[in-house]
Amino acid sequence: MKTITHHTPDPMLAAYAAGTLPPVFEVVVATHVSMCDTCRASLAAHQAVGGALLESADAADLPERLKSDVMALLDMPAVDPQPAPRRSGIYPGPVMQALKSRPPRWKSLGFGVRQSILSDGPDGSLRLLHIPPGRAVPDHGHNGMELTLVLQGRFDDETGTFGVGDLEIADEDLEHTPIAGAGDPCICLAATDAPLRFRTFVPRLLQPLFRI
Amino acid sequence: MLLVAEPDQSVRNVPPPVVHCRARKEKDAVARKREISEQTAWMLAIRDRRDKQAFARLFDHFAPRLKGFVVRSGLDAAQAEEIVQDVMLTIWRKADQFDPERAQVSGWIYQITRNRQIDVVRRVGRAMPEELKHEDDHEPDAGQVVALEQETGKLKQALKRLKPEQRMMIEKAYLGDLTHQEIQAETGLPLGTIKSRIRLGLDRLRHELKELREP
Repeated sequence: MKTITHHTPDPMLAAYAAGTLPPVFEVVVATHVSMCDTCRASLAAHQAVGGALLESADAADLPERLKSDVMALLDMPAVDPQPAPRRSGIYPGPVMQALKSRPPRWKSLGFGVRQSILSDGPDGSLRLLHIPPGRAVPDHGHNGMELTLVLQGRFDDETGTFGVGDLEIADEDLEHTPIAGAGDPCICLAATDAPLRFRTFVPRLLQPLFRI
Repeated sequence: MLLVAEPDQSVRNVPPPVVHCRARKEKDAVARKREISEQTAWMLAIRDRRDKQAFARLFDHFAPRLKGFVVRSGLDAAQAEEIVQDVMLTIWRKADQFDPERAQVSGWIYQITRNRQIDVVRRVGRAMPEELKHEDDHEPDAGQVVALEQETGKLKQALKRLKPEQRMMIEKAYLGDLTHQEIQAETGLPLGTIKSRIRLGLDRLRHELKELREP
């Protein structure tokens, strides 16, 4: 397996542990951690910090019945929670969960580029992108921060090469043109904390064509 | 049964050299068990033997702290008690997911607590990483468990040495009062320092994860 070189930054892992990331970013971070042992270990470190804070919290009084209630419930059969979705092909568990365990429903965006929208709302959007070799990765909104995680193939831009498991984080200031690499089509999980903006998509897609 | 067993009566009937070897092994195991925290021992008894007495002890240790912790994140007493009840039941029901080589009891409970608090607010389950598979008959490596505990012990010391303002920012971050941009912008937040404190534990963790992935 290729080594992952672009990781989830620490503040983002801490925010994931604490639960303050927007839900669409959470899916990307949970997916990256599923693929990246380094970040899984870092996340465990942040959980350890949370645990240390929990252990040093002042003990609060509990009503007596709380313990007896809990003890009485131990033998009750638990309401069976839905089992966590498993990886399917190139799609790790958290992606399958966002897909509701169904295959992606690809819609063409032209030039062989396809997308499958997993969620889109005022708090952000999440989608899968399928980009043929040599094509530009569509812009996923330039109003906020965008996270792009490679699930298959690779892309390159001014900042480097991103292979399977690599996470690119771009804010509004980054001017870049990611291009899918040779070989397999590049499939990415992309999230932005702003709603999708289709208008910005076409010009970026055309850029590499005009350059050729 | 994990880590250490009751003294095995059968060793009396085996030849002396074996007794020596066995005795030394048991001595090591007992010494290690002494180093393993009570919390970890309780949690393993809950996981492996569904031991209710151990659960009652774990409850007495963590439940009051848990309430104190979630109250700090802005919940009233009734809401906090509901979270405590849910979390304690989850600990019992998901005990099989506890792995002392990869997590401290308190860190594991911290994540369950935050997950529960988020689920209550959002009313939809949050995205979580895939669980790593581990074999059912896998006995935890006591050395690894102890090493992780020592590292987290150092982490607790490091937290105690923080300046009050730093300590407050850390609490805010891990209680969910800061966004990731705010955590990023908070240059006084010694995330790097804290992480280097448990780097040894992390290196072991990474090594172990790698082995899990490459059968």
